Amino acid sequence: MSRVSVPYHMKGTVALQVGDMRNSQGRPGVQVIDVTFPSTKPFELQEIMFKNYYTAFLSIRVRQDTSMHTPAKWVTCLRNYCLMPDPHSEEGAQEYVSLFKHQMLCDMARVLELRLILRQPSPLWLSFTVEELQVYQEGPKSPSMTFPKWLSHPAPCEQPTPLLEGLPDPGRVSSEVQQMWALTEMIRASQTSTRIGRFDVDGCYDLNLLSYT
Amino acid sequence: MLQEESDLSLIIAHIVQKLKSSNLYAQLERQAWISLQRPEIKLESLKEDIKEFFKITGWEKKLQNAVYSELSVFPLPSHPAAPPEHLKEPLVYMRKAQGSWEKRILKSLNSMCSELSIPLARKRPVGEQKELLSKWNEMGTDEPDLSLFRPVYAPKDFLEVLINLRNPNYENGDSLSFRTHLGLIQVPLKVKDIPELKEFFVELSLNTGQLGIDDSTQVPPELFENEHVRIGQKVLAEEDSAAAQQYVRQGSPTALRAELWALILNISSQPEDALYYEQLKTNVIQHDLLVDSLIYKDVKLTASNDDYYFVFEDYLYQVLLCFSRDTSVLGHFAYNSASPPKSYIRGKLGLEEYAVFYPPNGVIPFHGFSMYVAPLCFLYHEPFKLYQMFREMYVRFFFRLHSISSHPSGIVSLCLLFETLLQTYLPQLFYHLREIGAQPLRISFKWMVRAFSGYLATDQLLLLWDRILGYNSLEILAVLAAAVFAFRAVNLMEVTSLAAAEAVLADLSTLKVMPLLQIFLFATVT
Repeated sequence: MSRVSVPYHMKGTVALQVGDMRNSQGRPGVQVIDVTFPSTKPFELQEIMFKNYYTAFLSIRVRQDTSMHTPAKWVTCLRNYCLMPDPHSEEGAQEYVSLFKHQMLCDMARVLELRLILRQPSPLWLSFTVEELQVYQEGPKSPSMTFPKWLSHPAPCEQPTPLLEGLPDPGRVSSEVQQMWALTEMIRASQTSTRIGRFDVDGCYDLNLLSYT
Repeated sequence: MLQEESDLSLIIAHIVQKLKSSNLYAQLERQAWISLQRPEIKLESLKEDIKEFFKITGWEKKLQNAVYSELSVFPLPSHPAAPPEHLKEPLVYMRKAQGSWEKRILKSLNSMCSELSIPLARKRPVGEQKELLSKWNEMGTDEPDLSLFRPVYAPKDFLEVLINLRNPNYENGDSLSFRTHLGLIQVPLKVKDIPELKEFFVELSLNTGQLGIDDSTQVPPELFENEHVRIGQKVLAEEDSAAAQQYVRQGSPTALRAELWALILNISSQPEDALYYEQLKTNVIQHDLLVDSLIYKDVKLTASNDDYYFVFEDYLYQVLLCFSRDTSVLGHFAYNSASPPKSYIRGKLGLEEYAVFYPPNGVIPFHGFSMYVAPLCFLYHEPFKLYQMFREMYVRFFFRLHSISSHPSGIVSLCLLFETLLQTYLPQLFYHLREIGAQPLRISFKWMVRAFSGYLATDQLLLLWDRILGYNSLEILAVLAAAVFAFRAVNLMEVTSLAAAEAVLADLSTLKVMPLLQIFLFATVT
């Protein structure tokens, strides 16, 4: 299904910690990221995609637009989704994750704002966050392309100019060219990824030193 | 549910694309065309009739084996947004560490090249080509002057790199915490503990028959061995890769081992494969590479000095020299955290059309590399069959033993698994060895990097490699290393230096692998 990326604005990460931030020893284990969509109307959320960076659990709260004049409330749509099965070890720590509409606890129509609540209970990691966040809404159902006018309203048939002597019939030529094009498309579509096995270039394997890039 | 279905269709599409470029696809197509002449194939039910035909004639089995092979080897396509580097290695700091390690190797190779004024690659003059062709089966008799060459690196250099591996986002401070790593490896990878290993290696448990234990002379063969051999012959007759892999977990009878391993790795010797090997041989004869001298040196230093393997010296040259010319090995770099070294044709620096990989297969051999091939020489006697088996074992297993990655079978995880097992189940021994400056990993690293080749007796080694194939994992190497330490614990508790500890563990050739593994996993009181 098609999807369209929604531009968002990510407010700075807020770390939640009990007690005085300056004096306490440990690192915060909860971070909250607010994601707003200033330039878009309330939309239906299709997918959230991001790259994890050492976050163990993710909760998402959503604020939706209500039609009545009640103020919009925050609703939890994802509760404690586990990204790292063992918070102390590297498993799942830098994986790419997609969360879809059907995994959410509530209906995701008319989304105004998202709040990502990241939790990392292990004290071993220096920092944790999510990166490369992308939010998608559903793309248009049928491609609404406008055809150029000449395609939808073809010009009335003109009398073709009389053929010069000795030239082949244009109708036959065009059908043959079409057949050739179909053949090349077929070959291009069935290209394999096997290598030919040559390691030299035109029989020459005289090398420089190895490159470091 | 929707997500799982789309994942499944992605996996299926991926495997279909891979198989389309294989020989099997062409063969299946040809068979389908031929089958049209058979009377039972009717036009109305063409698809079902051809499928039935494939099932009866065994082609479906071959396809099943090919799909199973793809699933075991290639990691499944992960998230669509993940870049190709992510598939090689998901953790960024490990990719960087592997990159800088490779750079060091390249620098070393380049400096060897400039110091000795020997080109990286050289086209052989016709006279030399003829000479090499005539001496192809006895390259061991050649005694070139290799004194100036030195191996590019040895396992202990690689160990130093792994010891210095650090996650920048990890609490690496000096203060002791509940997760301080007392061993040499300092990265927090997930490794299995003994309850998980017991579940994983359930076929090795005390009440399951094992070759290596239940085929000893004191045990009457009617109890286990005869039945096991009979089942093995049946598995071979069925030609089913998955069944063979399951069977081999209890060990493989010596007579059936060569065929069983070929079935598990889905290697069937077609005439095209023999031709491909001949083509590689031609490449070896035409071009002389610096890497060839490294291979010669390695074989002379390791396999030729080994009591069991010196007879196979000529085979080793024939396999390893061809291996370094084989560009099909480049395919495994898609899931290997390492990358092949690149170079340019002389005079065309920077032009992409003249970029080549060096060596052609992208693998630079290190000290001990030839020991990966040596045990296979006992099983396969035709050079091209031996070559195919070695190549497949390398791109499935052995490459993980000398590249930095977070894979559960990668050498970093194996080292951590070894140290964790030792620390958890033999804490006194671990503490004692640490106190005398003999970190256990310093002794066991070389065993694991070579997959114990050259350290165990060959029949024991082959029993161990049966289990590597059967479980499609190298974790058994770490478990065996810990089991060896457990076995010699009493002697090790009395040593007072690293050298003495090395001496206690110097000779493993009398060890029986399967009883050690069984006792360590299933019979140690924890």
